Amino acid sequence: MKGWQQYWRQLSLFGLLALVLTGCGRDELSALKPSGPVAAMQFDLMKLSSAIMIGVFIVVMLIFTYVLIRYRKRPGQQGIPKQVEGNHALEILWTVIPFLLLIIMAIPTVTTGFALHKEYPKEEAVQVKVTAHQFWWEFEYPDLGVATAQDLVLPVGKKVQFVLSASDVKHAFWIPALGGKIDTNPGQENKLWLQADKTGIYYGKCAELCGASHALMDFKVEVMEQADFDTWVANMKGVQAKEPVTATSPLAAEGQQIFDKSCLGCHAVAGKGGKMGPNLTNFADRERVAGIKAHTPENLAEWLKDPQKMKPGNKMPNLNLDDKQVKALVEYMETLSVSEKK
Amino acid sequence: MSAHASHAPNRSGLWDYLTTVDHKKIAILYLIAGGIFFLAGGLEALLIRLQLMYPELELIGAKTFNELITMHGTTMIFLAVMPIIFALMNAIVPLQIGARDVAFPFVNALGFWLFFFGGVLLNTSWFLGGAPDAGWTSYTTLALNQYSGSGVDFYVLGLQIAGLGTLIGGINFLVTIINMRAPGMTFMRMPMFTWSSFITSGLILFAFPAITVGLVLLMFDRLFGGNFFNPDAGGNVVIWEHLFWIFGHPEVYILILPAFGIISEVVSTFSRKRLFGYSSMVFATALIGFLGFMVWAHHMFTTGLGAIANTLFGLATMLIAVPTGIKIFNWLLTMWGGQIRFPTANLFAVGFIPTFTIGGMTGVMLAVPPADYQYHDSYFVVAHFHYVIVGGLVFGLFAGLYYWWPKMFGKMLNETIGKWNFWTFFIGFHLTFFPQHFLGLMGMPRRVFTYLKDQNLDMGNFISTIGAFGMTIGTILFLINVVVAAKSSKRAPADPWDGRSLEWAIPSPPPEYNFVQTPLVRGLDALWVEKMAGNKGMTPAEPLGDIHMPSPSFLPFLMSLGLFVAGYGFIYHNYVVVVIGMLFTLGCMFTRSVKDDPGYHIHEDELEEKGVKA
Repeated sequence: MKGWQQYWRQLSLFGLLALVLTGCGRDELSALKPSGPVAAMQFDLMKLSSAIMIGVFIVVMLIFTYVLIRYRKRPGQQGIPKQVEGNHALEILWTVIPFLLLIIMAIPTVTTGFALHKEYPKEEAVQVKVTAHQFWWEFEYPDLGVATAQDLVLPVGKKVQFVLSASDVKHAFWIPALGGKIDTNPGQENKLWLQADKTGIYYGKCAELCGASHALMDFKVEVMEQADFDTWVANMKGVQAKEPVTATSPLAAEGQQIFDKSCLGCHAVAGKGGKMGPNLTNFADRERVAGIKAHTPENLAEWLKDPQKMKPGNKMPNLNLDDKQVKALVEYMETLSVSEKK
Repeated sequence: MSAHASHAPNRSGLWDYLTTVDHKKIAILYLIAGGIFFLAGGLEALLIRLQLMYPELELIGAKTFNELITMHGTTMIFLAVMPIIFALMNAIVPLQIGARDVAFPFVNALGFWLFFFGGVLLNTSWFLGGAPDAGWTSYTTLALNQYSGSGVDFYVLGLQIAGLGTLIGGINFLVTIINMRAPGMTFMRMPMFTWSSFITSGLILFAFPAITVGLVLLMFDRLFGGNFFNPDAGGNVVIWEHLFWIFGHPEVYILILPAFGIISEVVSTFSRKRLFGYSSMVFATALIGFLGFMVWAHHMFTTGLGAIANTLFGLATMLIAVPTGIKIFNWLLTMWGGQIRFPTANLFAVGFIPTFTIGGMTGVMLAVPPADYQYHDSYFVVAHFHYVIVGGLVFGLFAGLYYWWPKMFGKMLNETIGKWNFWTFFIGFHLTFFPQHFLGLMGMPRRVFTYLKDQNLDMGNFISTIGAFGMTIGTILFLINVVVAAKSSKRAPADPWDGRSLEWAIPSPPPEYNFVQTPLVRGLDALWVEKMAGNKGMTPAEPLGDIHMPSPSFLPFLMSLGLFVAGYGFIYHNYVVVVIGMLFTLGCMFTRSVKDDPGYHIHEDELEEKGVKA
């Protein structure tokens, strides 16, 4: 087996190569690029535990490699090796040292563990109620009196206290760049706090198998300056106080008619409508269509024509719209904005 | 005694195997059935990896994908690796303790047939309206009627039937190892594989009732409108998770401990040294088994159990690293100073050490709850448990199969094909699962049927799929090797590896009665002790005499068949069929109870002949 050493060199090289080629993942998504204190604390623990473990691995591999080279049976080797029963000193050594290493890991495990389980009242943190549905996310801000879906909007540098549950099956709420996940259990409430220290968009995922479109149950987190956040809240409330937007063009007006007739039963806009599907008050401001596809009129049209194709197993029925109706509906839905920019 | 039939029943071929109660034949049955399920589970894995080869691929639909992952996990754990472990336990443990069979040969056959029919029932779901799709963990409420198809009914019934078989098998091995040891075979002289089988059987005894309770409750929810897990009616979804993992975590050790045993035997034999630190190995194995029952909630760190529970379960989990570390170092020191040979069996055993060490290390990392919130349900976890179950257990099983194949079948597996088998499987394995650690940390949840472009997940997934081909080639090479060995006319010697334990003291394959005379055991590594003393074989502990054998019986097959039929009755809510199936099983049990079965004797003069036929 002269290939042993060479093989190990190849393996580590290969691992490194794979890492370099892919980097540490996207800033918006990777747990290796923490953008808030929770993810940073968790990243520190990952680094500590992997450093200790890699140290142990190196020791094991050194002994392993030495043994395999030194004690291979050689041609013509005679005699019987000494039958060693054991060695108390060595055995105590490799019981005590791992134990000490574990204590080094245990201390931050305990302190971080309790720090992450703190609960922050509304004076210290934005309160957000998260409800997971097959296969979309509902976000309510009970103290601010606004509700949205799919795009979670947060102020930068401020703690956010989530209260999480699910309406149907178990899901898990995960924004890797901001921190670890927590399950949303139907019939129970879980708590989690996070904080984003950089403005921008982050990717959120459902991490618990929840049905056919589990893989597509993504959401986005838009982190903005406090002032922008306040404006957003004010706009959302403003829209909710008023009647739904009045259509700006004849095509949009036609779209609004279809929407009021076919969509409002399940989707709320500006305080009116049902809660079966995502709230669409600020739909035009959202990052994605259906949480996954780029927000373009073409993708929205594709979704409206056959929702099951894009996200199998979701609860939206096929409305059997013709191309003209779809076009009108798209035109109208792209006016559902609370942002001045759009 | 005179009432006993004096002639061996004359049976051959298929009928022989359908009615056998011989532990060696049952071992072969377990191996064949487990092997077939292993191929099915492997095919499912390959389809999973093909679907994930490129982002947004539309090869397999979302629902089918969920069926594939569910069946892959369930099949591999319950129907592939557990039976193959049972195959080796059946083939080897009675020989290692110098016994003529297990304590309850009839029950042994029953255990096999229950597992077999449970597994077949589960797999027929593919053709009867779709396989279960709620994950191998079947978390509620997803696994309730409202959210999943009838496949989960097959899961609930199939696993209950197969689980009965496993439980029965575990009890049988406990009793066998306690009661059937040859004179002089004290507990602290038992080979490591027998020790690990003993502890694994104990774990089965305590762990399987938990899953059985869970499955019964789930069955009531699904079939009879119970509401144990339905929050809308006051049920609780988290209870299922507890029941599942109170079984599920010990199950991990049920799987890995026998692999530890195999590695201990193989490494020691091929280093020509006794196992370093034997008593600490025994102690470590028992401690792992014990701690294994106290850490189940580490599978539920994100369920929301709170800081105190998570921290305590995390620390308890870390503790398991200590006895596991002891084992790794003991293996290294067993090789230290030895004369290490590298036939395929030892290649797998040696390859096991670094691979399993990586799996153990990520295990410790996962035991840190705050960090686990990031790893949990991501591909990091997928990588971790495949390092443990494939890199640990499957490597161990390959090592055991190459090592004991001559003993089981009387033929040697080809070493050249074996080396190709090892290297393709080993490299393929690391290619498949090493990148998955990083995929998880980079934000890829597990059990996703696809991933979007532009998330930097493409490269890792592509490499992973390429690796899966390597493992496929390795598995095919093993099958080729089996065929080549079966066709070869060369018979394996009794002791091809310069073995140390009792199984190498008797012919390959052993005669029906194993030992002509029960051996006298004079130390750890019983055969090695005799070899060093210059003796040709074991010293007998009894004079030559007639050997009493249990009669073959078709009843275990029929009993299991009755439950199999009743299972379909439950699934299709046809209670006439349920009653017929149940009555049939009860009738078989009644027959078994009232019919006197005296067994038969193999006469002393028949023993003298070589290869006495059953």
